[in-house]
Amino acid sequence: MSATDVNEVGHAHHPVGWRRWLYSTNHKDIGTMYLVFAIMSGLIGAFFSVMMRIELGTPGDGIFGGDHHFYNVFVTAHALLMIFFMIMPAMIGGFGNWMVPIMIGAPDMAFPRLNNISFWLLIPSLTLLLSSAFVEGAPGGMGAGTGWTIYPPLSSSAGHPGPAVDLVIFSLHLAGASSILSSINFITTILNMRAPGLTLHRMPLFVWSILVTTFLLLLSLPVLAGAITMLLTDRNFGTAFFEASMGGDPILFQHLFWFFGHPEVYILILPGFGIVSQVVATFSKKPIFGYLGMAYAMVAIGFIGFVVWAHHMYTVGMDTDTRAYFMLATLVIAVPTGIKIFSWIATMWGGSIELKTPMLYALGFIFLFTVGGVTGVVLANAGVDIALHDTYYVVAHFHYVLSLGAVFSVFAGIYYWISKMCGRQYPETLGKLQFWTLFVGVNLTFFPMHFLGLAGMPRRYADYPEAFAGWNMVASIGSYISAFSALLFLFVLYRTFTAGERVAENPWGEGATTMEWKLPSPPAFHTYEELPVIK
Amino acid sequence: MLTRSILTGIGTLVVGMIISGAEVFANPQTGQPIDWQLGFQRAVTPVMQSIDTLHDYVLILITLISLFVLGLLIYVIIRFNAKTNPTPTSTTHNTVIEVLWTAIPVLILVVMAIPSFKLLYFQDTVPEQVDLNIKATGYQWFWTYEYTDEDFEFDAFKMEPEDAEEEGEPYLLATDTKVVVPVGKVVRVQITAADVIHAWAVPALGVKMDAYPGRLNELWFQVDEPGVYYGQCSELCGQGHAFMPIAVEAMAASDYEVWLSEAREEYARTNDTIKVADSSVLAVQNSHSE
Repeated sequence: MSATDVNEVGHAHHPVGWRRWLYSTNHKDIGTMYLVFAIMSGLIGAFFSVMMRIELGTPGDGIFGGDHHFYNVFVTAHALLMIFFMIMPAMIGGFGNWMVPIMIGAPDMAFPRLNNISFWLLIPSLTLLLSSAFVEGAPGGMGAGTGWTIYPPLSSSAGHPGPAVDLVIFSLHLAGASSILSSINFITTILNMRAPGLTLHRMPLFVWSILVTTFLLLLSLPVLAGAITMLLTDRNFGTAFFEASMGGDPILFQHLFWFFGHPEVYILILPGFGIVSQVVATFSKKPIFGYLGMAYAMVAIGFIGFVVWAHHMYTVGMDTDTRAYFMLATLVIAVPTGIKIFSWIATMWGGSIELKTPMLYALGFIFLFTVGGVTGVVLANAGVDIALHDTYYVVAHFHYVLSLGAVFSVFAGIYYWISKMCGRQYPETLGKLQFWTLFVGVNLTFFPMHFLGLAGMPRRYADYPEAFAGWNMVASIGSYISAFSALLFLFVLYRTFTAGERVAENPWGEGATTMEWKLPSPPAFHTYEELPVIK
Repeated sequence: MLTRSILTGIGTLVVGMIISGAEVFANPQTGQPIDWQLGFQRAVTPVMQSIDTLHDYVLILITLISLFVLGLLIYVIIRFNAKTNPTPTSTTHNTVIEVLWTAIPVLILVVMAIPSFKLLYFQDTVPEQVDLNIKATGYQWFWTYEYTDEDFEFDAFKMEPEDAEEEGEPYLLATDTKVVVPVGKVVRVQITAADVIHAWAVPALGVKMDAYPGRLNELWFQVDEPGVYYGQCSELCGQGHAFMPIAVEAMAASDYEVWLSEAREEYARTNDTIKVADSSVLAVQNSHSE
């Protein structure tokens, strides 16, 4: 068989049925599976958050019937689901898989089979996480109510003697392995498989964002894996890494956890930066302003993200000089972040802006991320943080950057690329309605939390004093509006798949300049017959 | 139009946060939150006053920054809309403005960091002269307070709803026994835990410190005026996390002396008998060895 024959067989190779998905080595199919997985986990995570808001809508025992451990289980599961099973799969696994090879002119990912296992590891991982809710955790209670931070001794056999925490640890091991493998895949693909002429400094910003993100994952996840393995052996094999009475140190766990945990929050937001950059340039019909500054701002954020972890630990009793350092380093992050915000605005300046749904989400992202960013500056001040640490102010802050930042950028990405992925355009009016309901809902939920935090309400509370009732009620009403918006989003998807208008290569016009808009919608099973050349 | 009205609504809320200072001063009850409170509880220690001042200062800066970004976004959306501006420019670089939006934020951060460092070191330096030492130990789910200068200790549990209602105390903030301190004196609290991590926090005093098994953390405060100041456990510690409140009562020095003499009797160590028993065991052992 000659070489040409092999290629022809390869292109004709188009598995169907369950083999197409279970055995998939195709980056677009795997990306689709990641997105479906992310939407499903996101709905479960959103269900958990609405349950919490129902409980907190009024003081006293509500829907959890006074089972406060179970409330903590919901808090824990909500965070883990949204971080590991919604945002990361959607942004890196979903959009990354779909768009990175196309944008750099590669036929597929560098290691297609590795790509397959990266996705399928998530299924047992999610199964382990959810099944932890059905075995004993704390004495007399089901599930792990440790918070996603799983601080020992609450998470060690002292606080959670049952096997629930072990299941959570295994779940994180698998999710971590999945992310490390896919990071290796992305880094190799981006560094080695760019089309001729596409230098690093000409890559679309979304590809840059995935490159930086996967480096962060590769460097931080092994530290988490180490920390939770030490916790596992503490729990089961008599070691005492974190057991103070045997010479261990519970604070060591926090250092290890946040050495992973802080880069992790940038992992959640950086691909969002990339998506927003593509969307803003497209709908302003202008190339991105200050491209190099934008790319290296992400590199700088990623780098500084590794040296600020202890700002999550201002109240552990650290040395004052140490806290002064972490405060200074944290404040520095505001500079590259500011560069990004202003560059997006400068991209729009002089543009010809069309307010389609993806652009509304991108604009919402820019403003709400700014609000979340500046409250982050407040929290960075170690002195002020003493009053705000572990209060609802922190909850408000990180939901502004994640729930209103990262999630908004995921929605921007879905509306932006859905026509490319399925060949049909979403209904514009419904899309805008979905944006506005979500915008109102999340702001109503999270803005009052600033007030609750300033007034002193601690986070992770299943019940609270009467005085906090007012703003909690407002927040709960906001979450119901957001839940309605989530259902509306499902309807938008349904309308898109069943009645969406069929689109040609480029439905967005002159602003959409990246390579996916030069391909048919949806692109062929094997995208490129031959390597494209970038002029 | 909808965009603008909603954005205006958010702007109003942001401005609301600025004037929250006024709300706090109108707070008739010190030491606890009130309905619809927007800002900090009223500060009653020098440290909390400094936190309050720095926070107000930073809040003004961040509000201005947020409004600036919001204003730019609204301007850009209106001025460079596809209808009003059909042909886009192709500007992608402007070195001057890029240097400016890097340098100005750096300056703002420096201006913010200087008072912030001052606050941090003020807060963390326990004064030379400490008038009262208290050791607080977190348990699942209550606090134990030991007056280490006096050699007595007592537990503080949350007050049950009916008792709280009867005594007019706020439920989930009130405790059955209070930590009592004299007004105007420097109090050092040493904090540890017996089982899992807890955190001892009282908002009006501007203190919060994690409690770890096997570690002794410390904080200090000096209350300026008499009153009861409530706080809550601030590190997830299991199912009773929301149910182990903290109540600190500050009273004039003379009242404090009265309380102290009563407390010495009320909380007198009941383990004295154990000491006697121990010594008798020792005596028996001694007699055997003789």
